[in-house]
Amino acid sequence: MRPLPKIFTYLALTAGAAIFLLPLLWMLSTALKPVEQTTVQPPIWLPRRYYLEEGNVRREVKLGATVTTPSVWAAVAGSREPIVLPRADVRDGVWITADGRRTPVQIRTEIPATPDAPWREVSDVATGRRSIVSVDSIAARISPRWENFASAIKAMQHFWRYLGNTVLLCILNVTGMVLSSAMVAYGFSRIEWRGRESAFVVLLATMMIPFPVTMVPLYAMFRALGWIGTLRPLWVTAFFASAFNVFLLRQFFRTIPLELSEAARIDGCGEFRIFWQIILPLCRPALAVVALFTFLGTWNDFLGPLIYLTDQRDFTLALALKSMQQKSALTDWHYLMAASTLVILPIIALFVAAQRQFVEGIAMTGGKT
Amino acid sequence: MSTGEQKHLWTALAFVSPWLVGFAVFTIYPIAASLYYSFCDYDVLSRPLWVGLLNYRDMVTDDVYWKSLSNTLVFSAISLPLGLCFALALALLLNRPVASRGLFRAIFYLPSLVPAVAAGAVWLWILNTRNGLINEALTWLGIHRPPQWLDDPNWTKPGLALVAIWGCGNTVVILLAALQGVPRALLEAATIDGASAWRRLWHVVLPAISPVIYFNFIVGVIGALQTFATVFVMFTNGGPDRSAEFYAVYLYENAFEFRQMGYACAMAWVLFLLTLALTWLASRTTRGFVHYSVD
Repeated sequence: MRPLPKIFTYLALTAGAAIFLLPLLWMLSTALKPVEQTTVQPPIWLPRRYYLEEGNVRREVKLGATVTTPSVWAAVAGSREPIVLPRADVRDGVWITADGRRTPVQIRTEIPATPDAPWREVSDVATGRRSIVSVDSIAARISPRWENFASAIKAMQHFWRYLGNTVLLCILNVTGMVLSSAMVAYGFSRIEWRGRESAFVVLLATMMIPFPVTMVPLYAMFRALGWIGTLRPLWVTAFFASAFNVFLLRQFFRTIPLELSEAARIDGCGEFRIFWQIILPLCRPALAVVALFTFLGTWNDFLGPLIYLTDQRDFTLALALKSMQQKSALTDWHYLMAASTLVILPIIALFVAAQRQFVEGIAMTGGKT
Repeated sequence: MSTGEQKHLWTALAFVSPWLVGFAVFTIYPIAASLYYSFCDYDVLSRPLWVGLLNYRDMVTDDVYWKSLSNTLVFSAISLPLGLCFALALALLLNRPVASRGLFRAIFYLPSLVPAVAAGAVWLWILNTRNGLINEALTWLGIHRPPQWLDDPNWTKPGLALVAIWGCGNTVVILLAALQGVPRALLEAATIDGASAWRRLWHVVLPAISPVIYFNFIVGVIGALQTFATVFVMFTNGGPDRSAEFYAVYLYENAFEFRQMGYACAMAWVLFLLTLALTWLASRTTRGFVHYSVD
């Protein structure tokens, strides 16, 4: 099969990979920038520090507006800081505006800027003092602001509690889901009983029910139990198996020869021991897939925590990220991206560590039924 | 029933008991209650009050309801076919004898793992009209008035579709697995018969993987109709001119912001029926060209 030259395949794949990766790289890039570098045009990918060198002294500065036409840097009565005025509008110490108003000004610096040799306003990072310099005199060095992560953690307020809540929920959900789904799948695959197939059809049918259908009664039920504002609604249901995971495990359990169970039964082995000591160890790959996707589902869940959690200190990371986004009012992009990176990073680490299970799991879930 | 059989039944029931209990408590009861509430005026604080078909009648005259339904359908109609085609193209490329297939597959898959809230935050930043990466790129390409993805009612749904398509790596992995399962003998036979690469794709490969495509389409429809977190994170109050008011978001708002739980349940039931109808319709219309192998 060779309809297209190979180089085209690689070009297309690389383009595809770039599309998938760029948003994540841009997130990381923004997370490592100081705020004023998040909105520069054209955008920069690598965070920098800028310096002015005067003799032996090197001062770090922040960059301000760019000037590309001949101008003056002048102090105007009534304005505390000097401002940039077009050179042509200032004559003999007087600034003449377009509407003819005349204001006396004191010229601090002549700016012989042109589009090819621009000047920039800068402000000293240490003292905050502003000045204007030729772009050529500014030195730049690439320097990621790792401290943004610490600031983002602080801005989220109870970050370690959110992390603790999320990890706790993940542990409870993974334990509950793996155990209960494995048990149920065992009952649906390794023991013959009347009505098994029809019960299984019912189980499959429940996968079709959209969550919003059961959302309100579940909320009312947990409210009656006094569970709203606690983590309980977010993990208790995991101990009652999920149709999808039962389906997945049943497929796997069925591939193990029934003779194995028969032999164990003849040896006087009880059904639970067969399940626990023979079948489960053989099914580790499938159990790992269920564990992995349960972890992922819990870590990423947003609607559940949004509905059931009321106290900020009980929030999960996903919910805390949303509330941080609301508070930062879309100005502190660097902190929001740093926080997003922190939420995504463990997932990426898990993916790198367990890539094979992920891929096998996906192929299992979406493929043949 | 013999005693042996009876014993089997009890053992089996013990094993499936977690599901039986969960099914009764967390599925059957809520479904029934939800249906009942949909005929009630209910705010969760006081007892539900029977109002008959009022909620359903309100829905018919509720402009926001219709808007949320059409927004969701338009979004699905954009994001699903595009996402599926994009995923299929990438899977077909990956199915060719390429080096570092695993690396590419990992890269494609990665975004689909990103939590919806984080994805929403990142894309809010990327689609930003003033400093967004996409519009900077479009301007650089010479487009002087790039779309206002977050502020122009005509562009919010395409913007959200971009986010959805970004997460299609899941489908790439599934389709790739399906493609690798296409029998070699079938392809070789077609080649010997002189079929061109294009014809092999169209007449052998696609029919062979059509059940998987169909399955993913159905799952996609159900998922798209329930789109919630990304939209909820990226837009408040339904976005500009309510162009990003999605069905599940409006349902949530009714239930937990306006405390109109009865209305929310009625909406949920219509969503349920809609999901069933669309799934049934999809299975009917694709029956002609979805091929299940006989084995």
